[in-house]
Amino acid sequence: MQKYTVESGIVAPMDRANVDTDQIIPKQFLKSIKRSGFGPNLFDEWRYLDIGQPGQDCSKRPLNPEFVLNAPRYKGASILLARRNFGCGSSREHAPWALLDYGFRTVIAPSFADIFFNNCFQNGILPIQLSEKIIDTLFEHVHANEGYSLTVNLEEQVVLSPEGDRYPFEVDPFRKHCLLNGLDDIGLTLVDADAIRAYELRKRQETPWLFDVIR
Amino acid sequence: MAGKTLYDKLWESHIVKQRDDGTALIYIDRHLLHEVTTPQAFEGLRLAGRKPWRIDANIATPDHNVPTTPRTGPIEDPISRIQVQTLDDNCDEYGILEFKMKDIRQGIVHVIGPEQGATLPGTTIVCGDSHTATHGAFGALAHGIGTSEVEHVLATQCLIQRKMKNMAVRINGPVKPGVTAKDIILHIIGVIGTAGGTGHAIEFCGEGIENLSIEGRMTVCNMAIEGGARSGMVAVDEKTIEYFKGRPYAPKGEMWDRAVAYWRTLKSDPDAVFDTEVNIDGADIKPMVSWGTSPEMVVTIDQALPDPEKEADPVKADGMRRAYKYMGLKPGITMADVVPDRVFIGSCTNARIEDLRAAAAVIKGRSVSPKVKQAMVVPGSGLVKQQAEKEGIDKLFLAAGFEWREPGCSMCLAMNADRLGDGEHCASTSNRNFEGRQGHGGRTHLVSPAMAVAAAIAGKFVDVRDF
Repeated sequence: MQKYTVESGIVAPMDRANVDTDQIIPKQFLKSIKRSGFGPNLFDEWRYLDIGQPGQDCSKRPLNPEFVLNAPRYKGASILLARRNFGCGSSREHAPWALLDYGFRTVIAPSFADIFFNNCFQNGILPIQLSEKIIDTLFEHVHANEGYSLTVNLEEQVVLSPEGDRYPFEVDPFRKHCLLNGLDDIGLTLVDADAIRAYELRKRQETPWLFDVIR
Repeated sequence: MAGKTLYDKLWESHIVKQRDDGTALIYIDRHLLHEVTTPQAFEGLRLAGRKPWRIDANIATPDHNVPTTPRTGPIEDPISRIQVQTLDDNCDEYGILEFKMKDIRQGIVHVIGPEQGATLPGTTIVCGDSHTATHGAFGALAHGIGTSEVEHVLATQCLIQRKMKNMAVRINGPVKPGVTAKDIILHIIGVIGTAGGTGHAIEFCGEGIENLSIEGRMTVCNMAIEGGARSGMVAVDEKTIEYFKGRPYAPKGEMWDRAVAYWRTLKSDPDAVFDTEVNIDGADIKPMVSWGTSPEMVVTIDQALPDPEKEADPVKADGMRRAYKYMGLKPGITMADVVPDRVFIGSCTNARIEDLRAAAAVIKGRSVSPKVKQAMVVPGSGLVKQQAEKEGIDKLFLAAGFEWREPGCSMCLAMNADRLGDGEHCASTSNRNFEGRQGHGGRTHLVSPAMAVAAAIAGKFVDVRDF
């Protein structure tokens, strides 16, 4: 996993609540057996005027001029500013894969759906929760200023605005540690392999009906 | 000290190691796998030179991509075919039990887990699918995970988690006749909103829940995620225990008695304290229909669709306006004014035998309205289909003009060939009415199986109690 320390970038506004993972990456692209290449299909149904198919060359497809990410001013954005309950619905990790592949490393919203929130951390994306009031202010700034950028400092847990505002945010200490160091969860868990074996040994006595049955 | 909730008990009994940073290593008893969210996990495992930790904790079946037309040949769509083949290959390579596409036991992963007795009370169950909460109906801790966590479970049999908050959703008193589990959960989501359960594990309780059959409880828990909660659960009672008798992977003989003694402890203590409590009067719940593009946008048949101009919350009002535009509907009308172009009875929410019985009972010799282009029934598993055929339910559907299909997720998410056309309205027993969920431009209305059949016959949405 790519480390996340200090990230600066253009902010793109996704000004609607309850953006679900079906919108972030529609189902037809879930047929892929790879982890990469989902970026061109991020928000596919909103982004293009035609119906997208897996494996298609998206550079030749008709763009929806009304969709925010198609506006030239948000080209190269790496921070997505969103509304409440972002990432609700399906657990598909293809959603953070698509965001990351497109270039987003940060999503800022008043609230996130639990599974999506968790999936972000697994992929080096930092989901930041700020109050609705701050989010409203940020939307105003983004709409008013072309090229509006923010800087996120994960170590200090703060979002820095060009106006000089500092917005502190909370982050789970374990997830922070993994992001700052680009650590693989599985490797960390396997350090406790003996504890897992000891647990299993105990459970084989307590609940033997759960072992050696499904085969 | 206050008593423990069911969730507290399930959580504590699965802690492998509590860490100083507040996270815990939680043991996973059962891991369900399907073709869509596992290929990258197996690939990751291989790239890291790892192997599955415990083969006998896994059970797999293809469901999202499989066709629901007769399975004589291979899957026509080459990309779907590769994905299903990849699951077969991965399971074969590691010796994981899989019910392949042509196996009678194949079906929707959340239907086959309990059906086979792989799902059991007191277990932790995960799957790369958000509707895993379904299994909470049996007094289990079940939730959806992403593919990285699928790989994590395969490699370690554990997950790194932080404990969620406790939430009780209590249905006080019985619900009225003709009100189903689906109506109960749609009503709950209408009350708490799609983010109402975020950060919580929900225990559904109260007389309205206790009265439900096991399959009804599965329908309620299934949609916990639509209320924002990863996990939903119901305490174990005699119905739960009865359900597992004779299931293939459930304990037997002396082991059964030991298991049952443990299962009976799986309920919240009377003095347990919940962080959040929601109380709903069972008598207030009526048959529900969703009108918009979020599962919280629900109404009863006699209720006028809400006016966004009267919504105080600007973010919510904006969502409603978008929903009206997408759905092609207007505030003030009722759902009785809407004609369903297609009707879908199926999905992990409502494709079990009781759902099909309840749906078929509404037919009473009548036929699908000529206004409806297609009405299809997709059983949740091969065994559900077989049972329904034994009872002659398939004949009732076929005689009424419904299609009788092979099991799978089908039009719930339209990953296979079953989907809505642009602008088409669908009376659907599935769980999500998101934009494009059932096909590009498709307009989903979530209902119970009985309401879906009534809509199919009437050619418009009706209250099944008057039908």
